[in-house]
Amino acid sequence: MDLYEYQGKELFRRVGIPVSDGRLAETPEEARRAAEEIGGPVVVKAQVMTGGRGKAGGVKLADDPADAEAKAKNILGLDINGHVVRRLWIESASDIAKEYYLSVTFDRGAKKPLFMFTTQGGVEIEQVAQENPDALIRLHVDPSEGFQPWVARRLVYGAGVEDPGEQKQIAAIVEKLYRAFVEFDAMLCEINPLIVTPDGEVRALDSKFTVDDNALYTHPDIAEMRDTAAADPLETFAREKGVTYVKLDGEVGICGNGAGLSMSTVDVVAHVGGRPANFCDLGGGGNAEGVVDALEVITRDPQVKSIFFNIFGGITRCDEVARGILEALERLDMSTYPIVVRLDGTNAEEGRKILADAGKENIHPEATMLDGARRAVELAR
Amino acid sequence: MAIIVDNDTRLVVQGLTGSEGRFHGLRNRAYGTDVVAGVTPGKAGQDVEGIPVFNTVADAVEQAGANTSLIFVPARFAADAIYEAVDAGIETVICITEHVPVHQMLKAYTYFRGRGTTMIGPNCPGVLSPGKANVGIIPAEIFTEGAVGLVSRSGTLTYQIGHELTQLALGNSTIVGIGGDPVVGSSFIDVIAKFQDDPQTELIVMVGEIGGDEEEKAAAYISEHVTKPVLSYIAGFSAPPGKTMGHAGAIISGASGTAQGKKEALEARGIQVGTTPTEVAQLVADRMK
Repeated sequence: MDLYEYQGKELFRRVGIPVSDGRLAETPEEARRAAEEIGGPVVVKAQVMTGGRGKAGGVKLADDPADAEAKAKNILGLDINGHVVRRLWIESASDIAKEYYLSVTFDRGAKKPLFMFTTQGGVEIEQVAQENPDALIRLHVDPSEGFQPWVARRLVYGAGVEDPGEQKQIAAIVEKLYRAFVEFDAMLCEINPLIVTPDGEVRALDSKFTVDDNALYTHPDIAEMRDTAAADPLETFAREKGVTYVKLDGEVGICGNGAGLSMSTVDVVAHVGGRPANFCDLGGGGNAEGVVDALEVITRDPQVKSIFFNIFGGITRCDEVARGILEALERLDMSTYPIVVRLDGTNAEEGRKILADAGKENIHPEATMLDGARRAVELAR
Repeated sequence: MAIIVDNDTRLVVQGLTGSEGRFHGLRNRAYGTDVVAGVTPGKAGQDVEGIPVFNTVADAVEQAGANTSLIFVPARFAADAIYEAVDAGIETVICITEHVPVHQMLKAYTYFRGRGTTMIGPNCPGVLSPGKANVGIIPAEIFTEGAVGLVSRSGTLTYQIGHELTQLALGNSTIVGIGGDPVVGSSFIDVIAKFQDDPQTELIVMVGEIGGDEEEKAAAYISEHVTKPVLSYIAGFSAPPGKTMGHAGAIISGASGTAQGKKEALEARGIQVGTTPTEVAQLVADRMK
């Protein structure tokens, strides 16, 4: 789960990483009030989970509360890479002398946390890694050993930070960032830029924070930060129904069981010339109710013209899936959708018989995955 | 022969008295696996259709001679169950449980890697050596005994490919589901190295998917260390970047972890990649002639 800048900064604040004084605003009036409370010039920052908001006009300096209100009016509702701005972070403006970069992320390949630090912050880190790899210090942490002070020293000296005051402050931030990474079960904690003010004060000016979905049960307060209104409404609906669903941009609705087979089904539909409408995984133990829920989600997408069920029963029982399909035909208005069904594995024969006995005109049985995909693509034309 | 599980497997099921543990533990036994014990804290002295239950894995090792563990406990207890099994001296730990937090697995991984334990999963369907032992949730009836080693990040996709192989009268030495999480106990390389050393295995099929770079690393390893033919299939060509596709580990991050990138890395090392599960099975059949 990705967090907004202001949410990540809240977590930074909790572990003691210095951030600027700020307030959340959802209307121009709230922006004005926030600026009044903060005092002095403020920055009005669009809260969107995409890069390039500065270039898109989503970050503006405001001299006073009236200016903050005006800038907020301009930024709210802005479309930044498909993300509509509905929240603003109003923050005390900072004087910037230097911009550094610091992150700790989960390195899948090494199966260890990875720190990255450079004094060339404020730009995309991939760019630094490509153009000036020596300036980017990378250091793994042994997860069982945890953070040790030498890690911070290696980063700070390695990147060539010379000012002793900066060295000390950054080392402290490195330690706190690792604490945030572990305590909040993060997959990524990034500060870009980590600024140094003309007075020599080091502070996190931005935050990028991703938390492991599987650990959210231990962090109910973070789980509540999820902004359901910003997500794709279909994907939110699917989440509420407990259906694993990703919207794609085509006409063939797809439902499989298990992540790998469902992904493969999407690929095979594309391979035979169709355009998949979605990825949908019934999961390992799909029951009839789960099938109804999945069909409800899939048919909410107005682009869908045909539906392909590709089931290989393991724990999932094909008779249960067949019952679910018939149940959905009863409960939802599905008469306009041709449904191609391929059943194999556990109780496949019973499942096929249940469908055959029901005698529904819009159910089309197919024997193999490939034939099923072809048929579903044909029927979507 | 075969790898990881075989006739010498003496299985303890951690969580045997739970509904999943019971169902699959008994199914594994019905297949012929030697299920010697179950572990549920507080339930020592009970039995599940004749399988004795112990309080701890250490007791199951000492009193029932268990050498392999199958974990069916809920996600929040899974890491603890892994540590317990490793500490008790279990040689092979297979964890089916899904949704184990990454940070817990990072620590556990560092722990068991240092001790020579073979760990499979979490979030995996288990390991099946047809005709010998089934440990996990793989529907064994789809597969027959044979010479194809199958290793995969996915469960159902493995069944699909196994089914296609069976249709072509091809059997398997062992089917290994390594799991769909970002941190799993055994990588493709770990399993492929075992297949290379296994006399029963004549050909290896690697079923990968988007996310991470394990397939790319395996490609490099295979070209240097594996003399047996290897074929591959990759799922997720149509997956959009930044979206988790069912498995926690199946996500394209930026430009890395794409199916196309993996296919190219494999082909650059001379490893053929089938376009559909059906084509992979056909390629295997062609090679095995």
